[in-house]
Amino acid sequence: MLVVAVFVFSLLHLSPGDPAAIIAGDQATSQDVERIREQLGLNKPLLTQFGTWFWNVIRGDLGISIFTNQPVSQMIAQRIEPTLALTICSMLISLSVAIPMGIIAAWKAGTWVDRLVMAFAVFGFSFPTFVIAYVLVLVLSMWAELLPVQGYVSITNGLTQFLPNMIMPSLTLGIVFIALIARMTRASMLEVLSQDYIRTAQAKGLSTPQVLIGHALKNASVPIVTTIGLGIALLISGVVVTETVFAIPGLGRLTVDAILRRDYPVIQGVVLVFSVSYVLINLAIDISYTFLDPRIRY
Amino acid sequence: MTVVSFDSAVDANVAVTWRAALRDIWRRHPTAVIGGVLLLLILLMAIFAPLLTSIEPNALRPVRRLRWPSAEHWFGTDSIGRDIYSRVLYGARVSLLVGASVAVLSTLIGLTIGLLSGFHRAVDAIVMRIMDGVMSIPPILLAIALMALTKASIQNVIIAITIAEIPRVSRLVRGIVLSLREQPFVEAARAIGTRSWRIMVRHILPNTVAPLIVQATYICASAIITEAILSFLGAGTPPNIPSWGNIIAEGRTYFLVSAYIILIPGVFLSVTVLAVNLVGDGLRDVLDPRMARRM
Repeated sequence: MLVVAVFVFSLLHLSPGDPAAIIAGDQATSQDVERIREQLGLNKPLLTQFGTWFWNVIRGDLGISIFTNQPVSQMIAQRIEPTLALTICSMLISLSVAIPMGIIAAWKAGTWVDRLVMAFAVFGFSFPTFVIAYVLVLVLSMWAELLPVQGYVSITNGLTQFLPNMIMPSLTLGIVFIALIARMTRASMLEVLSQDYIRTAQAKGLSTPQVLIGHALKNASVPIVTTIGLGIALLISGVVVTETVFAIPGLGRLTVDAILRRDYPVIQGVVLVFSVSYVLINLAIDISYTFLDPRIRY
Repeated sequence: MTVVSFDSAVDANVAVTWRAALRDIWRRHPTAVIGGVLLLLILLMAIFAPLLTSIEPNALRPVRRLRWPSAEHWFGTDSIGRDIYSRVLYGARVSLLVGASVAVLSTLIGLTIGLLSGFHRAVDAIVMRIMDGVMSIPPILLAIALMALTKASIQNVIIAITIAEIPRVSRLVRGIVLSLREQPFVEAARAIGTRSWRIMVRHILPNTVAPLIVQATYICASAIITEAILSFLGAGTPPNIPSWGNIIAEGRTYFLVSAYIILIPGVFLSVTVLAVNLVGDGLRDVLDPRMARRM
């Protein structure tokens, strides 16, 4: 966590040239630059600067955008809803597709079903998010005219308006994730299915679903959950692209805009928010192991 | 007479074994062979781009803008009349260059870091904490952030993606070193008084090669995608260099009328990444059977 903070802080200071000069812009006089430097505390020693910045971050103050003059934390708060909605939808879709896919592939290992799932996984890994996005737009909105091309309607306006705009983005975002989770589920299930207690369960007359879900999936869940956590990184990078393609006003779009405008405080803020949530999610997953597998203790 | 026939018999034998070997590879790893052939085609396309097209990739002909694919412009033209066919050919150079450079650089640097930290506990404690920190930032975000700091250039794209990939390689190598360090053959080498660096080079290093080659192909695939994403977002290869991500980014505004501007480079990008991944899977099956069984 501290390393993340140090890294994000040094972003502004590693940048070539004087941050104050960048902020002031091309037409600024040297007095302007001096004034901005004073205002941002850039003339103080580096360690003091870091201390001030870190203290502010802990209190939720991420600085002020160079471009819009709004507080960064406020900008992030405004943009967080679409991103959360998108990632949650996409997560729900992917998990409800990927886990059954992986289970069936493992159960029918070696058959055409298994090969189909594995082929899908390879393709899912290979097709970049924005290519998938544009193909979906072409097929579902332009040819079939089923869904809106782009845009976002908040969930507070009702599900009927929210969902049509959400389907394509969440599918786009989900495909890589589906590929990843399906592959891991299959691998993990294969390992478990060769164990003795699976044969015992079958021998005592349990139905196939009972064996697969109650006995096998439960024991195969730790690696799957780990992969879900690591896959969040894929989701985050996908969000940046997906929001750009579908014109969703979320954090990903904010990141891209901030980069194009070289709005360093906003870039710092967004990278910090994404990284901290990634770390926190993975922490939560580490803790969840104790519930999934009572043998693991901390 | 006899000598001549003996020679030709040897020749025939060599030919037969070669053909048999190829058929054997094809039978056992058909997808890897397909991937390899595709990759070779794309590589040839990138190398011989100037011979395959007579049109400059940056030549503007505003009169002929947004033309759909035709005999004259095989893949159509973009919004300022540049020929997409030749831009796609030249774009292959960027993708392959970035993919290969990132794969080689991050593997070499990651290998060094991984070996050192696997062997020295003091180095390990410091380096791995830093790596953990870097890893907690999603790779694309890290690459974007690094690109925001520097001028857009292919070189900087390569550096940014390499930095984002290093932690994964060094973790892999460190894991291998840690498990090998306890193996009897390393203990034996130590017992007869072999120096640390010699154990590292002669006994540990050769064992990391196979998994690293496999890992390098996957890094190559992901680097190609990352470059395209960076360029697509406007934080990658500078716009004056035709890269697949740039062509797609420039076609974004015109997608509803001229979908081909995005779809054609998109297909090339996907096929290239797929080919690299298929080769990687094949290599993994051959070089790293333990991992292959797991996946």
